[in-house]
Amino acid sequence: MDIGWWGVVIAVLGGAIRIGTPFLFVSLGECLTEKSGRINLGLEGTLVMGAMTGYAVSLHSGSPWLGVVCAGLAGMVLGALHSWLCSFQRVNDIAVGIAMMLFGTGLAFFLGKPYIQPSAPRLPSIDLGAWSDIPQLKAALQINALFLIGIIVAIALGWMLKNTAWGLKVRVVGESSDAARALGLPVDRIRIMSTAQGGFLAGIGGSYLSLYYPFNWSEGLSSGQGLMAVALVIFARWQPMACLWVSLLWGGAAALGPSLQSVGITGGYYIFNAIPYIMTLAVMIITCSPRRTLVGVPHELTVTR
Amino acid sequence: MAASPKLTRRQLLKGTAAAGALGMLGSLNWTGQAWAADKVKMGFIFVGPRDDYGYNQAHFEGKSAVAKLDWVKAFDEEKVPETIEVQKTMESMVKLDGAQVLFPTSFGYFDPHILKVAPQFPHIQFLHCGGLYQEGKHPKNVGSYFGYIDESQYIAGIVAGGMSKTGKLGFVAAKPIPQVLRNINNYTLGARSIKPNTTVNVIFTGDWSLPVREAEATNSLVDQGIDVVTCHVDSPKVVITTSEKRGIYCTGYHCNQSKLAPKGYLTGAEWNWAKVYMDYAEMIRKGQPIPHLVRGGLKEGLVRVSDYNQVVTEAVRKQADEAKAKFMSGQMVVYKGPIKDNTGRVVIAAGKEHVQTDIWLESTDWLVEGVVGSTKS
Repeated sequence: MDIGWWGVVIAVLGGAIRIGTPFLFVSLGECLTEKSGRINLGLEGTLVMGAMTGYAVSLHSGSPWLGVVCAGLAGMVLGALHSWLCSFQRVNDIAVGIAMMLFGTGLAFFLGKPYIQPSAPRLPSIDLGAWSDIPQLKAALQINALFLIGIIVAIALGWMLKNTAWGLKVRVVGESSDAARALGLPVDRIRIMSTAQGGFLAGIGGSYLSLYYPFNWSEGLSSGQGLMAVALVIFARWQPMACLWVSLLWGGAAALGPSLQSVGITGGYYIFNAIPYIMTLAVMIITCSPRRTLVGVPHELTVTR
Repeated sequence: MAASPKLTRRQLLKGTAAAGALGMLGSLNWTGQAWAADKVKMGFIFVGPRDDYGYNQAHFEGKSAVAKLDWVKAFDEEKVPETIEVQKTMESMVKLDGAQVLFPTSFGYFDPHILKVAPQFPHIQFLHCGGLYQEGKHPKNVGSYFGYIDESQYIAGIVAGGMSKTGKLGFVAAKPIPQVLRNINNYTLGARSIKPNTTVNVIFTGDWSLPVREAEATNSLVDQGIDVVTCHVDSPKVVITTSEKRGIYCTGYHCNQSKLAPKGYLTGAEWNWAKVYMDYAEMIRKGQPIPHLVRGGLKEGLVRVSDYNQVVTEAVRKQADEAKAKFMSGQMVVYKGPIKDNTGRVVIAAGKEHVQTDIWLESTDWLVEGVVGSTKS
């Protein structure tokens, strides 16, 4: 069926979900970590490590879902390691994060060597577009259960941070470690838990890349998506639900470049491909103001302290 | 990393280099006497992983084939970036492994890296994969080899065009450089040689390895009604698996990807580096002079076409095989005027033709009529 310009709309819609899902997981993980007052720049490494682990486990066990779980566990280990290192006196979490990023990607490349060639079992899709008789729309609405899980996690995380004792503790630790200590809260332990859980989510984001879309393990797989997700959290003002919308927005924007070329808008593809970044810069500039501080920012973060 | 052993070895090598120099005085054929009794030692350097289903794997398959000969010792290093790293790798392959000939296979290794290292080891051959070597301008122990893979793309274009129901083909390309554009043009000309109304939609991703964008590009092409897709990126794996998932046909590039898409992989344009490396090994063993330029296409066996999928119809096979036979006999001229580009400008006037070896083709900066796309960034 010839759909012409509708192709761009469908590509952006489909791309929002396809490309946005890993952003969603990594940004939710980072959101939780940063709420506890710590930055984990190592999530790029966690993402790549998760992608490798997921692919390898899926290949050996034959079960892609087991791969997803193991990817999460691998991410959890990396997150806990990061946070444990940061819990020492005068250790800078930015520097450790960069080291962890290089460590994670390096380790994943090293261990992932034998998995570039073989094809692992893929995560199944859910047909949300069965009602439609437009094949393109059907294909765009073929989504993975991880996307739905991501939405549930976003809602749950937002609710828990706001309404539960656990969420309050995380926020207190993130707002003021002195106040938290005065309350008798175990600051380091809460941060280690939050960062490990954040790593778990980022690892799952990685397994989505290797086991669903684009479904491949290679060294160019992530190309900076873990880092972008860290910026995305600032963009989303540390709100889990906003992480969802921003991830979808970025996914859609990333799909715009290729789809415009497919309908014959052939010039300027470097610019179109850069739209997610341009968008981020624009939003940052528009929303920044010297007269007030950011809303929602955890005050313990090294970048804001 | 290998700094400390290098120093000691260097002193060791000073002695052997002097001995080698003596041998070289006798004849320009450095390979002749000096190493005749020994195995031929060949070093290969790859920019990416050996098993990427793409460019590097094609070279690695060539290396593996030559390594099977019992009088050859072949070694390789993968994932060597196009930086000072490759200079270190070349040096250590010469000094530590005793390589007589090096094959730095990536395009970006040439300038400045090979040009810097080669003069330090005048008795070692540096053979670069690509079209950058120029006689007289570059060191004497440097040479280049390359295959006309666009000939295979022409055949793949015939098969793709023949099997397409919509008459719309897709091409996921990295960057608009001459070699990529030549592949696109040949693919298009091949398809249009049997179905003149065929169009080829090109999407440039902007870099050699961007898996997410390659998958997105493939999906967008399918949404626009394209039913056969091919690509020119470092690893075609993502494009091939995505097209298989969407239930369309594809044709491969670099090496055989039929395992990734058993239903849709029609055929593909493959390198056959084994042939080149075997020839070089033979020349070195016999002490023959090494030619500075090695070029060739289907006829010379440097490139080949994947076996057709069983779904390819008899009529299409026949048309493809006819074109292949013409290439094999050397009669085929793809760039025969009149040829227009996709803006309507006449690029090759009627009656004029450019044969495959024509240097003019190496500066291709236009897309042939029938391509939907633009070289403008």
